[in-house]
Amino acid sequence: MTTVDSIHDHVHHGAHHEEGSYLTPRGGFWSTIWSWATTVDHKKIGVMYLFAVMFMFFLGGMAAIAVRLELLEPVRVVQENLADGTTVTHITGQLFAPAGAESIDAGNQIYNRLFTLHGAIMVFMFIVPSVPASLGNFFLPLMLGAKDVAFPRVNLLSWYIYTTGSIFGIISIIMGGVDTGWTFYTPYSTNTDADHWRVFFMVLAAFVLGFSSILTGLNFVVTTHKLRAPGMGWFDMPLFVWAIYATSIIQVLATPVIGITLLLLLFERLFHIGIFDPGLGGDPVLFQHFFWFYSHPVVYVMILPGMGIISELLAVHARKHIFGYRAIAFSSLGIAAVSFLVWGHHMFTAMGELSSTIFSALTFLVAIPTAIKVFNWIATLYKGSIAINTPMLYALAFLFLFSIGGLTGLPLATLSTDLHLHDSYFVVAHFHYVMMGGTVIAMIGGIHHWWPKMFGKMYNEKVGILGCVLVFVGFNVTFFTQFFLGTQGMPRRYASYVDEFHTLHMISTFGSWIILAGFLTHFFNFVHSLVAGPKAPPNPWGGLTLEWETESPPIEHNFHHEVLVTHGPYDYESVVPPHCDEKDFPLPEGAAS
Amino acid sequence: MATIDSQRLDMPAPPPRGSDKHPLFWKNRGHAHHYRSAAEEFDACKLGMWLFLATEILLFAGIFCAYTVFRSLYPEAWAAGSHHLDWRFGAMNTIVLLFSSWTAASAVRSAQLGKRGALIGNLVITIICAAAFIFIKLKFEYFVKLGLGKAPGTWFSYPYAEHPQEPLWWSIYYMGTGLHALHVIIGACLLGWVLFRTVRYNAYGPTHYTMVETSALYWHLVDIIWIFLFPLLYLIH
Repeated sequence: MTTVDSIHDHVHHGAHHEEGSYLTPRGGFWSTIWSWATTVDHKKIGVMYLFAVMFMFFLGGMAAIAVRLELLEPVRVVQENLADGTTVTHITGQLFAPAGAESIDAGNQIYNRLFTLHGAIMVFMFIVPSVPASLGNFFLPLMLGAKDVAFPRVNLLSWYIYTTGSIFGIISIIMGGVDTGWTFYTPYSTNTDADHWRVFFMVLAAFVLGFSSILTGLNFVVTTHKLRAPGMGWFDMPLFVWAIYATSIIQVLATPVIGITLLLLLFERLFHIGIFDPGLGGDPVLFQHFFWFYSHPVVYVMILPGMGIISELLAVHARKHIFGYRAIAFSSLGIAAVSFLVWGHHMFTAMGELSSTIFSALTFLVAIPTAIKVFNWIATLYKGSIAINTPMLYALAFLFLFSIGGLTGLPLATLSTDLHLHDSYFVVAHFHYVMMGGTVIAMIGGIHHWWPKMFGKMYNEKVGILGCVLVFVGFNVTFFTQFFLGTQGMPRRYASYVDEFHTLHMISTFGSWIILAGFLTHFFNFVHSLVAGPKAPPNPWGGLTLEWETESPPIEHNFHHEVLVTHGPYDYESVVPPHCDEKDFPLPEGAAS
Repeated sequence: MATIDSQRLDMPAPPPRGSDKHPLFWKNRGHAHHYRSAAEEFDACKLGMWLFLATEILLFAGIFCAYTVFRSLYPEAWAAGSHHLDWRFGAMNTIVLLFSSWTAASAVRSAQLGKRGALIGNLVITIICAAAFIFIKLKFEYFVKLGLGKAPGTWFSYPYAEHPQEPLWWSIYYMGTGLHALHVIIGACLLGWVLFRTVRYNAYGPTHYTMVETSALYWHLVDIIWIFLFPLLYLIH
């Protein structure tokens, strides 16, 4: 059965059969660089985003490793009585204190900067653009059967805005970094380092990055509305597209609010206009409301694309029609809608009882669409022919870790338990289980899944599985311990702790090294694949979404022919995948072939 | 590079700007390669612009929200601050912007009808209105008030303030109107770009007026935000 009919050759690609892949260099070294720097091809921009966000992930990850190293030992001021009767005071357990520091304050300052850098880089420069701007950019048009996104030049502009914002962030780091926490709460962000420009640059970075996020989201919404291939209705779209669509709506509707918030913050810091300054009648809690009105919806900007990836991975690698297609699609929109109503749960202690109760109740609503997704994914696996490869293992890891992350959110949404748990390591563990156990795990799985398509090379499956196991084990060792730390009362953002927490902190730090080993394994596996990997077939996994119709890597204009959609994205029981032999991907008994 | 140069040599000299043969002349303009038709591209651009306008509304929503919070906290400061604004200047600017919105809409209509002269005329009037708005704002409002010390936050030095929170009122006033004025300037630049392309290339006509339409939409946004700013700032007691 043919899945794509060639309606007619497209006019401008008369010689389409010789058309090279999008990776084929044009001209010499410098003209290739120039052609990438000025490209409006969504695939190249997606790859450029992938490298940029991965570089930021590396920077943020290094900060995280440093934070964990500092927490390996508690900070202690030790007094030693020498034989001659004098007393010597020295400080132990501080790894990053400047040489000859007299007090523990200097080391604590550095610790504050490290966790702020980790948070700010990971949130604004890595995880918000991570999946949509890289994999989304590459695969959204391909999955829709389009030749590009709606506004290709705006797409390139958004990459340059992203780079500019990131450079501002890096300037701030080079100038010494900021210690406000990634949330930039006033008055820390208006008063600390008053004689320095580094807080200004970090806030400016977040402000500028917002524009990049808005433009990407806007582009994807219009692309999804206007550029679906003939025959593709809304409910014929792959669920990854649905997830990116819901994400983009949040990006468009929430990001402007952080824009104005950070603009007011910059004016507050530079000109002391008083809007967040109680001394002038302003209100610092207003900043928190503004901030979380963006930053809570943006949590779903982070997780929804990951959920979209999981829908693809499970269906393809279990060779099953996704269970509850519409339920998963609408739950994405449901999450997007509810995301705007729950920001108050970040400020339970700063609000009255009534509003706290309302926000608590609204927060529980998020669990409904999320659980719908998880149950549908598990039902998809039932009686599937599950392939144990890296993408599938990552999808399973996601189900496990994300469920823990989601369920531990419930005690935080409950007012009475939150009183005990808030601002503790329980919160830290919870959002790392959602953000890293959810988004990062899904993204690494997605990169493995689409790696052959993006770069035309296969990766080594065994090394991929090894990396996945290392990341999974390391992640649980690092963060599950933090649930215990939190319930026992370890507050977040402290450089030191009482001796009772030493063992758990030590285990957590060891775990961070295992995660690092896992990521390095993946890194070398990918480098090896690019240099010496075997050539990838057009459809190595037997996928049915449209990106598997074209070559690996895709040709410059995506498809040889105008695409006509004749089957759904998950019709594994009735359709032989394109470029695949029926022997490798047999249809069930009695299927119409 | 060699192939590109030989292609250049083979190519005929480009037609002069503004001629019927120039690729930017509206009759010669097709659509971007990834769209199926010019109509589809026009629809996409319009949807994109509407979404962008939604982000702009949300940007200003922050200012309106801060305004609401502080007005409910300090109603007397807001009343006192508003009395320092002259409603006549605000009303004059409202008329200027409403009129310019009409000329911007007329510019779109002229492009649709292929009336090049009317298109240029309407664009010029709209841009003049934008300049007039900024002029009135600066000359009769900002400069005068700043000269008297009615400045935001810690810069406030007006000696006859009736309420301790008046500096906060001025912060909101300058942030709101300043951000709006910035949007007036951006809108005027967009319309200026359309004007330039009309004069030089005759780039817009009945089948191709996307940029005229989207710039005019942006201009209407500038107008409507002022429609809300004006009564909230000038007409309260």
